[in-house]
Amino acid sequence: MTKQYKAAALISGGLDSMLAARAMQEQGIYVEGLNFFTGFCVEGHTHAIRKKDQAKPKRNNALWVAEQLGMKLHFVDVVEEYKEVLFNPKHGYGANLNPCLDCKIFMVEKALEWIKEHDFDFIITGEVIGQRPKSQRKETMPVIARESGAEGLLLRPLCGKNLPATTPETEGWIDRAGLFDFSGRTRKPQMALAKQYGFEEYAQPAGGCCFLTDAPYAVKLADLWKSRGEKAYELDDIMLLKVGRHLRPKPEFKIIISREEGEGKFLQGYKKQYISLKTTSHAGPLALLDGRVTPEDLAFAARIVARYSQGRNADQVELEIREKDGTTQTISVAPMAVHEIRKEWLL
Amino acid sequence: MSNSEDTIVVDARRLLCPMPVIRVQNAVKKLMPGARVEAICTDPGALSDIPVWARINGHKIIATVSRDDEHIITLEVGEESPL
Ligand code: SF4
Repeated sequence: MTKQYKAAALISGGLDSMLAARAMQEQGIYVEGLNFFTGFCVEGHTHAIRKKDQAKPKRNNALWVAEQLGMKLHFVDVVEEYKEVLFNPKHGYGANLNPCLDCKIFMVEKALEWIKEHDFDFIITGEVIGQRPKSQRKETMPVIARESGAEGLLLRPLCGKNLPATTPETEGWIDRAGLFDFSGRTRKPQMALAKQYGFEEYAQPAGGCCFLTDAPYAVKLADLWKSRGEKAYELDDIMLLKVGRHLRPKPEFKIIISREEGEGKFLQGYKKQYISLKTTSHAGPLALLDGRVTPEDLAFAARIVARYSQGRNADQVELEIREKDGTTQTISVAPMAVHEIRKEWLL
Repeated sequence: MSNSEDTIVVDARRLLCPMPVIRVQNAVKKLMPGARVEAICTDPGALSDIPVWARINGHKIIATVSRDDEHIITLEVGEESPL
C-alpha cells in the first residue's frame, strides 16, 4: 500500500492559501489547515462590535475556505508567543507595525512543531514571489525556510517552480510538474486557477491579514507602548484599540469613547477593568479611562465626554463616574468647547 | 452517548470570533466522542463560526438557543474521522 502523505496548510482565508491547499489535494495529498490567532487578525472582531455591521454577519474566511476544500481547520492560539515577534522583530517592521517576515518565520516554525506532533509530512503556504514587497520576495523565501527550521519541508505550490526543489518533490511525494510559477503582484494567474478549480467565490485580499498593517491602528498601539514605558499589551488592550474614539489629553491617561450603540455595549464589558463615564442628563456615549487619573483629571475627562453627548451645547451635563469596584459618583460639568479639544489628543 | 456530567460549559461571553471557536476547540480536545460542549457566546459571529468549525472537524451541533444578547450553542464531540 502506498503511503498517504499529509500536509498542513497555513490558511489565512484568502485566495492564495486556498489555491495552494487545493493544488496539493489535486496531487492526492491529505491536507489539514492551520490558522494562527495572534490577536491582531482582521477576521471577525469589529464587525461583531459595531451595531450597523452586525446586520450583515461576516463569515470567518479561514473556516469558509476549509469547508470549501473539505478539510479540517485548526486554530492555533499564539497570542502570548506572538508578543516576542512583535516586540523585537529581527527583520524589522513593514510600513507600519507589521513584522511580516518575522511573523511568517514564526508561523512556519509553529507549523513545523504542529506537523511533528501530529505526524504530518510537510507544510504548505500560499506565498507567491514578489506578491508582497517586503516579506514575499525571492530572497526572503529561503530565509523563511531556513530560520523557521522547516527547510525542505516548506513547499509553496503557487511559485514552487521558481524555487529550488523541496523534500516532497525530491522524495517523490508530489510531482513538481503540478506546481506553479506565479510571481509578481498580478492576481491574474490566481484568478485563472480559481476558475479552473471551480471557485466562484473567494475573499478578496485587503492589503494585509492583520491590523498591524493598518496605519491608524499602529499609531494607537505605539501610543499604548509609549504611555506604558515599555512594549507590552494584553489581549484586551489590543481589542480595545479597534473600538471607539481614542483621545490622550494627558500623558497619564487616555479616554476611549464609544461612537455608536454597539461599541458602547462592547465597552460595557470592561467596566470592571477601567473607570467608566456615562452621561445621565443627556443621551451620550460610554467612555473608559485607561491610565492614572487625579480627581481634577476626572472632571477634565468628563468635560470631554460631555462634548460627545447630546448635551454638547448645554450649560451643564451630568455624568456618572463608575470606579472599577462599582462605586459611583455623579458630576456636573460644562461640556468642552470644540476648539478646546486639541487635534493632537486624537489618536 | 452523553449525559449532563459529560457536558463542559465554555464561557465565551465578550470574546470576539475566532476566540469562542478556539475555546470550544480547546475544550473538545480534552473530551471523548459523545461528550458535549455548551458554549455561551455574545459575538453573533459564533452562530456561524462554531457550526462551520464543528462540521468540518466532524462534530455535531445539537442545539442553538439565543436569549437577549447571549447565544448558547451545544455541540456533541464526534468520532475522529479516518483519513
Ligand atoms: S500582515 Fe500581519 S499576519 Fe500577515 S504576515 Fe504581516 S504581520 Fe503577519
